[in-house]
Amino acid sequence: MKEAKFKVYRGDDKSGEEIAYTVPVEEGMVVLDAMHHIQRNACSDLAVRWNCKAAKCGSCSAEVNGKPKLMCKSRLDDYDLSQEITVRPMKSFPVIKDLVCDVSWNYEVNKKIVPFTPKEGTDWTMSQRDVERSQEFRKCIECFACQNVCHVLRDHDLKPKFAGPRFFVRVAGLEMHPLDVANRLEYIKDDMGIGFCNITKCCTEVCPEDIHITDNAIIPLKERVVDEYYEPVKMVLKGIFGKK
Amino acid sequence: MSTTIEKIPAKFGETKRKDLWWLEPLLYFIGLGGFVVYATWAAFQGNHYEYGPYLSPFYSPELVFDWWKFSPAFLILWIPAGFRTTCYYYRKAYYRSFFMDPPACAVSEGCKKYTGETGFPLIFQNIHRYFFYLAAIFIVFLWIDAYKAFFFDGVFGIGIGSIVLTANVFLLSCYTFSCHSFRHLIGGFKDSFKCGIQHKVYEKVSCANEHHMLWAWLSLFSVGFADIYVRLCSMGIWTDLRLM
Repeated sequence: MKEAKFKVYRGDDKSGEEIAYTVPVEEGMVVLDAMHHIQRNACSDLAVRWNCKAAKCGSCSAEVNGKPKLMCKSRLDDYDLSQEITVRPMKSFPVIKDLVCDVSWNYEVNKKIVPFTPKEGTDWTMSQRDVERSQEFRKCIECFACQNVCHVLRDHDLKPKFAGPRFFVRVAGLEMHPLDVANRLEYIKDDMGIGFCNITKCCTEVCPEDIHITDNAIIPLKERVVDEYYEPVKMVLKGIFGKK
Repeated sequence: MSTTIEKIPAKFGETKRKDLWWLEPLLYFIGLGGFVVYATWAAFQGNHYEYGPYLSPFYSPELVFDWWKFSPAFLILWIPAGFRTTCYYYRKAYYRSFFMDPPACAVSEGCKKYTGETGFPLIFQNIHRYFFYLAAIFIVFLWIDAYKAFFFDGVFGIGIGSIVLTANVFLLSCYTFSCHSFRHLIGGFKDSFKCGIQHKVYEKVSCANEHHMLWAWLSLFSVGFADIYVRLCSMGIWTDLRLM
């Protein structure tokens, strides 16, 4: 039977090490199956967060061979099994234990976003062409792979100033919603720090739901911020005629 | 067997990735760097930019004034240069390949200070739409040049140069009108499309925008090749074949 060699991070936020394991390979096996095999047969205290095993719950995010992935969507036959496969926790968040990270910062960011705000007595009829842009953003499963790979959070750790791609996706869905009347542009610019994004598209590359995060969420939001704050002609007109 | 490892890679280029992550930024560096070097050289020449009905795109529209003592290309090239420099696609390409910010996804930058596009000079990336307006005017002149390239001493004909210049302006048009700013201006700024025609145009531009990277590279090569073609024909090194 074919075997796969793994190096799995064991430890917490302060210290840890990569431990080597060998796992027998079965057809259709994914990295999460291998982690479960290790739990069952080699070390029952290996911490792995998972739930659906169908790439829909977003729980099993980790870094497989250095790339942010859902472990349940990473098939072993996509890897060179003659070499060790490294499995590590997400780098951008504190490690609780082994492959499990504390992602609670994301939920704190989420709470601060002005939720969907329809005008009073709104007519709830919407045309498909108006809602289809937002529908793409509803596919997000909050695996936080985009937050993990984003270099603004990962390398520069600008968490107090920058909300990250996942929340630009959420806020884009709200801003583009045909029945939403709240204006979040000042918040997007000043509090979510959209200017820190230098659109290197890593978030789009790792998204397991294939959401075009940069092209369809971040850049359109940047353009809306330009409309409001960096449009020289509008700035001159505002200067002459006042704010509105 | 286990090895203790440092949890946070911080030095430049540190990563757990095992693929050829450096190849993409290297190719960007060679492609963009090569074009910039050639275009700068060609702009400084100030000669061999015309041959029969052909005019190099680097020198179109031909602006020759007594008071301008330098190459006429410098009166033109700041527009396409500004358009491409502030382009959302090229920003990704050169931030990765020239500024290593980041060099690739999940590869450490090893750099602490980061302001993204919030401070001088990168905040000026926000004027991309103004370069789009100018580039769109520039496209009109290039289509006129392509039309003129089919008339040899007032008689209709087709040369290889006619095809080269037409293909070039077609690719430049695809690149220009698949721009993210144009997509925003044509309808992206709206939450609700009252007009079906506007939505259709927005959809078409969005479709072209999905291939913006492809148009960016093809048009970069075509505009460089068009200049080389006219230059070498003018220098007598290449002979322009007449098909009709």
